[in-house]
Amino acid sequence: MPGGEAASGGWSAIAGALSGHLLAAGLVAGFVAVSAMFLIWWERKVSAHMQSRLGPMRVGWHGWLQSIADALKLLQKEDIVPARADRPVYWLAPLVVFVPAFLAFVCIPFGKTLIPADLNVGLLYILAITSVGVIGIFMAGWSSNNKYASLGAMRTVAQIVSYEVPLLLAVLGVVLMAGSLSMQSIVSAQTGAWFILLQPVGFLIYITAATAETNRTPFDIPEAESELVAGYHTEYSGMKFAFFFVAEYTNLFTVAALATTLFLGGWHGPLLPPVVWFLLKSYSVIFLLMWLRWTFPRVRVDQLMSLGWKVLMPLAFANLAVTALVILLFNGGTR
Amino acid sequence: MTPHVAILVFLVVGIAFALGGYIASWLLRRDRPNPLKTIPYECGEETVGRTWIQFHVGYYVIALVFVVFDVEAIFLVPWAVAFRELGAAGFVAMMVFIAILLLGLAWVWKKGALTWL
Repeated sequence: MPGGEAASGGWSAIAGALSGHLLAAGLVAGFVAVSAMFLIWWERKVSAHMQSRLGPMRVGWHGWLQSIADALKLLQKEDIVPARADRPVYWLAPLVVFVPAFLAFVCIPFGKTLIPADLNVGLLYILAITSVGVIGIFMAGWSSNNKYASLGAMRTVAQIVSYEVPLLLAVLGVVLMAGSLSMQSIVSAQTGAWFILLQPVGFLIYITAATAETNRTPFDIPEAESELVAGYHTEYSGMKFAFFFVAEYTNLFTVAALATTLFLGGWHGPLLPPVVWFLLKSYSVIFLLMWLRWTFPRVRVDQLMSLGWKVLMPLAFANLAVTALVILLFNGGTR
Repeated sequence: MTPHVAILVFLVVGIAFALGGYIASWLLRRDRPNPLKTIPYECGEETVGRTWIQFHVGYYVIALVFVVFDVEAIFLVPWAVAFRELGAAGFVAMMVFIAILLLGLAWVWKKGALTWL
């Protein structure tokens, strides 16, 4: 994709590079919208069938148009702002949640050349930018001036913060093996064997921490319906609510795409085109996360905290140390 | 131009995408607020007391522990990238560093800071 070669060129080269990035951003925006709507429909269907229900059936064949109908409805819904809300913050919060989720796509490798920009710090960039979203979640909960929303926001921050470190440590095992933070280098390091085979513990820690980071059951304490109504977005309606939802499913895809890139060989695969393999693997990971959601009951806050700090943290450190030791013993001095 | 420009372009497009949604809904919807509708939602109960309260100190302790370990994790990132060049010396140095950190974790654990509320 565009980049380096434009350094020497004049304005036309800059315009060319910019239009390339604009095209990529436009494509990603389209993908994010379609993917979120598909995932919402799919999650409803999967959860319904896992509970011997049918799920949406009315709008289109097996309800496949349901998400579009919902989007059109949300577009026309009244925008209710609670009387004592902090209005500017309340207005801004959905943006602060959505935009970082969208920005993560800059470094997601859909194929050999299908990546908006293969930054040399790609992985670190994705982890950093996706953690900005938690600020938006807290802004939403706090500015609503609603007790459920405030409680949900506080819990979300505590939870995301607690699982951030194990997640980073689990991912570092992969970085050790690949010797790079660039997403494409990590993918090409897996031409021989997928990292899930060499980093099984890392993968388990990653999936657990990622489920917590995306606030999904069994770690959906931030918006536990039976306790907190809807958590931080209790007061939101209409388009603002829609953006929280889109951001949630965008983050879900990002987490699955990261799992694919780091542990499942990225876009590598026989016969089918790379992008098909990438999407196939990513959506399979999402299916796994949906399956987990309908298998496990919600954990308690104290269980959540002790799992993060007392189990995953030491385990992740041990995994990192063992990985480093093995690399040192087997490949030491080969480069 | 560096490839990092892509981030800037994505930032602009992302904000435009969200604002587009805001504007479209602003054009299509009709807002009719009334005092009853804008009461904070508490399952039909009238809200009692203030919402903007002080945090429980437990959140503060978790945040502090997080900052310590997150900053330390950042030191691990360049080490992991350059690990093969650093060799045995780099391995030993980082293991000592991790050992000190784990000692810190054990101390925090013993102090009960990781036991929730």
